Amino acid sequence: MKKQITIGIPKALLYYKYFELWKVFFEQLGCKIIVSPDTNLAILKSGLNLAVDESCLAIKIFLGHVEFLKDKVDFVFLPRIVSLHKGEQACTKFLGLYDTVNNTFPNINILEYNVDVPNGLTEQRELIRAGQKVEKSYFKVARAYQAARKAYLKSLDDKVREQANLLETDSDLKILIVAHPYTIYDSLAGQNISKFLNKENVTLLYSDCFDQKISHKLGGEISKDLYWTYNKEFLGAIELCKDKVDGLIYAMSFPCGPDALVIDFAQKVYKTIPSLVLTIDELQGEAGLMTRLESFVDILRLKNKKKNAGK
Amino acid sequence: MPENKYKICFPHMGNYYPAFLTLAEVLTCEIVPTPPISKRTIELGFKNSPESVCIPFKYNLGNYIEALDKGANIILQAGGGCRFGYYAEVQEAILKSLGYKFELLKLNNSLNPLKITKEFKRFNPNLTMAKFAYTFSLAYQKARWIEQFEEKIRLNIGFEVNPGEYEKLFKKFLKDLVEARKISLVRRLGREYREKFGAIPIDKPKNPLRVGLVGELYVVMEPFSNFDIEKKLGKRGIEVHRFVTISNIINDFFLGQRPIKHWLRDAKPYLKYHIGAHGSESVAVAHKLAKDGFDGLIHVKPFGCMPEVNAMTALHRVSRDYKFPIIYFSFDSQTSETGINTRLEAFYDMLVMKRKKK
Repeated sequence: MKKQITIGIPKALLYYKYFELWKVFFEQLGCKIIVSPDTNLAILKSGLNLAVDESCLAIKIFLGHVEFLKDKVDFVFLPRIVSLHKGEQACTKFLGLYDTVNNTFPNINILEYNVDVPNGLTEQRELIRAGQKVEKSYFKVARAYQAARKAYLKSLDDKVREQANLLETDSDLKILIVAHPYTIYDSLAGQNISKFLNKENVTLLYSDCFDQKISHKLGGEISKDLYWTYNKEFLGAIELCKDKVDGLIYAMSFPCGPDALVIDFAQKVYKTIPSLVLTIDELQGEAGLMTRLESFVDILRLKNKKKNAGK
Repeated sequence: MPENKYKICFPHMGNYYPAFLTLAEVLTCEIVPTPPISKRTIELGFKNSPESVCIPFKYNLGNYIEALDKGANIILQAGGGCRFGYYAEVQEAILKSLGYKFELLKLNNSLNPLKITKEFKRFNPNLTMAKFAYTFSLAYQKARWIEQFEEKIRLNIGFEVNPGEYEKLFKKFLKDLVEARKISLVRRLGREYREKFGAIPIDKPKNPLRVGLVGELYVVMEPFSNFDIEKKLGKRGIEVHRFVTISNIINDFFLGQRPIKHWLRDAKPYLKYHIGAHGSESVAVAHKLAKDGFDGLIHVKPFGCMPEVNAMTALHRVSRDYKFPIIYFSFDSQTSETGINTRLEAFYDMLVMKRKKK
């Protein structure tokens, strides 16, 4: 019997966007998938030791996950995303992700796929090429891709529908969290924010859970020059629910290049919505973060009370 | 020769002022000279910028504020590469929220000559494509001559017999260059000064220390932002080699015939893909210099510069594989000059000792 190939998927960065796609794809190809555990202190620490000081928190965490996986699997799987639409770009760190990992771990086996749509490297073509490294038959790989794509779109749909329902529900306080999924869903970096807010009975909406086509298009209308795909979705998400939420929380990892500009821009455009900018770094200054969140929620509640009393 | 109501200003970068000036003159409007970068420029820039944006943004913004205060009403901003392409829009939003009234002349994200001309035509309807092309090549020629002499200075300043001669002559050249408004004149001026530069007596040993300077474009090219690192090294008797210049960048886009292509190919083991903006070039140059037996390399970048951070992991490996000393500097508002000097001095001493051991 052929030996089963194990694929390691680091639970960081684009895992939070595309995991469904990757999982189904490799399962269909008969691979065993190992996902690294939720980010914990040990992972963060090894990431900190490996990464360049100035890389952003997300990269540091990512390297920690790779370190955890690299001896346990045949291939570490990672995406290199340059561009998903014409005239646009992903964040520069995704351009260099392959080389960053390859140079940090000299003897690592990487399985990457390289998406650069304006240059003809589509997700389909590249994932199939990557898949052919573990399964020779083109048709099997192509079929696996079709199944994976379907599952991925369905999972997106579910997310969008759930959020749409949430947006319409009656709640005393609704806050939109504008953040990259890998920042806000990470168990060490951002999850504390959502945990805390849930405890405070705040209805939380996430900027990545809107229909990406719509939010992407809207984002382009608000900012003509913006060329970071994922950040366009930020602006679109705010535009979509600007009348329905009480406040915005921008959470960015330190130091995030695109966010530094885009968040400033968004604050200038949406001046009327109360907002809070949280910068998350590896120092884990939790108490300060919680105090700021608490007072933000208090202020919003007070504001709502006044508004309701005035009616 | 002001013909219309516009007053244009543009940010500083290195010694390229005469070249930018030529480009702005094509609008036949008044040009508001941007005050030279000073402590105040930087303070203004930092105060009004997002906190974690890279420093070129902050420097540019400071330049704009100072020029707008002096009455400018168009600002010129280019773009491209990593975050640079998005500067214009955010800077516009910031300056507008500060209450300034102006229009933005954007040259970003498009290298289509038609589009660029159209953008300029907004402010000068009489502009023809031919005139613009001429001006552009005039500015390009000026940049080329500036770069040629800068390189001469970088390589020789430490070995002058009478210290200060190069800088004096270069200043005079820049002044004369502003007045030259024809390509033939620029050429004549350049040749004349080439002889003058050649006549400056130098006393250079056969095999001086050689270091390379790579990194993010703005910080490499703007001496104020890197605390004049080139000159500090040069004056200690080091040949400083740098490959990042504006004309090189333009050549890259339009001609694509630079040796860097081969260097990039050579550096394949360290870089499989392009890593954004000028990061790949940094690595390629580093790899080439390491192979050529240079004594060391200086890598500079603004704090948080993403392409250069990507490049750093590869640079670490080049440094390890070739036993090639690399020092990294990262600049922000809080960077102190004393700290830079100390580290630079230690680096220099290390290079000298390494030489002696050989």
